[in-house]
This record gives sequence, structure tokens and C-alpha cells, in this order.
Amino acid sequence: MAEKTIAGKTVQVNDEGYMTNPDEWTKDIAVEMAKENGIELGDKHFEVLEFLRNAQAKGESLTIRKVGKSGITDIKGLYQLFPGGPLKLSSKYAGILKPASCV
Amino acid sequence: MSEKESPLKKVCIICAKGSIEDVYATLVMANGAVMEGIEAKVFFTFFGLDAITKKQMNKLHTATIGNPAMRMPGGLPFPTLLGALPGVEAGVSAMMKSQMEALDIPPVDEFLEMVTAGGGEIYACKLAMDMFKLTMADLSEEVSAVLTVGDFYAMCGGENTQIIFT
Repeated sequence: MAEKTIAGKTVQVNDEGYMTNPDEWTKDIAVEMAKENGIELGDKHFEVLEFLRNAQAKGESLTIRKVGKSGITDIKGLYQLFPGGPLKLSSKYAGILKPASCV
Repeated sequence: MSEKESPLKKVCIICAKGSIEDVYATLVMANGAVMEGIEAKVFFTFFGLDAITKKQMNKLHTATIGNPAMRMPGGLPFPTLLGALPGVEAGVSAMMKSQMEALDIPPVDEFLEMVTAGGGEIYACKLAMDMFKLTMADLSEEVSAVLTVGDFYAMCGGENTQIIFT
């Protein structure tokens, strides 16, 4: 466990850089994290992040299939929004832990 | 070199069998790769072609005879003779599929779409297609092409590439 300052806010992160306390999350943090991967977050991205945060808060397991059926975007769209890590990167920017999911 | 410095870049997966577990192992590995940003190319051959044949893909079964790991719900051994009764294999297979659905694992047709949505590529083996008298029209739209094994190997070059036979 470590502390990291992102967008001027000090937050708890794990070894892989995922935030361990979703309550510390702000939109600015998401923007800053995505910038590190060269991704500029827009409205669609934030809809996905909100979806993941809500699902995680309800204790649901997260999969790309679930996001694909959410009505926000399809799976292809999800890959376009978060290239190279549709669930991994989106969860990271959403301020939640990396989902332990194979789908 | 550690795995951090030299991460896996591409997996080439070959599926030659058509049971639920063989096909799903292939699809989970392919989908898992593209989700991690790893390139994935999947080659279906012999009975594995059932996984990409429109008529068969959502009707896969798991073997209830000759499968020593098969158990009754609750863990008791599954008698081989029971597995031989008509309808038992279909029932067990339906049960496996419903358990996977509960874990958000999609049916085969949708799973193939998930893999290609992430940039994964699906191929069919020419020799096996000829053997089973199949044409491109019999196959899922997610299949990019029918290849010889040589064509497939030609795609499996490059640094940090692994060939996996499921």
C-alpha cells in the first residue's frame, strides 16, 4: 500500500496503482490517470466509470460483457474508449480495484 | 529477463476439440488476452470447428462418459453407465452452460464476437474444413479466413509470441 498524489490530491493506491478507497476518487484524478496512458476522457468515458463505480458499490462482479450490455456502449466501443485494457484501465480510472475477472 | 521488462505480446491459440471445456478454455484465453492488450489469433481445426460452425456452435456438449472428472452435483462420482443414457449428456451440458451464464460467460457465438470486438482474429483450418465438407458459408461471421497450417504459422512470428494448444 502506498500513497500517491494525483491531481493535487493524496490517495491510497496499491502496487499496481489502483486506488484502494473509491471514496477518495474525483473526476480530476480520473483525467490525470488516463493522461498517463495517453487517453483523454470524455463524457462517454465518464459514463462507463460511473457505471463501474455503481456496480462495484453494489458488490456486483464486473465484466466487459456487463458493460457491453449497460447501454452505454458495446464491447467494441469499450475497447475504443480504453485501448488495450477495456476493464483494467476503466476500473483504474474509476478509482476501484482491478476486477478479478476473466471476462 | 523478467516478465515486467518483456511482457507477452501475442498468443496464437489452436483448438482441435469440440467439447464445451475445450472450446471455452480457448475462448476464455483468447478473450483474456485481448482484454490485457495482448494480440490473439485463434485457429480452429478438426472437431474444434464445431465452435465456429453456425449450426453447432451453441449446441456444444461435454462428455459424460470417458470423463473421470465428471461428478454429480454434491460431489459423488458420476457413474459411467448413467452418462450413457439418452439425454443425460444434453442435460449435463445444459447445466454447465447455465452455470457459466451465471458467471457472465456468454454463449459461444457471443463469445466469438467479444474476442473480435477486442481485435482478436478467428481462423478455420482448411484441411479440416475439406474433411468435414464445410464452406465459409457454414461458419460464423466472426471467422476472418480459412487457412493452411503454414498460413497460420506465418502469423505466429514476432517477439514474445506464444503458441498454445488447448
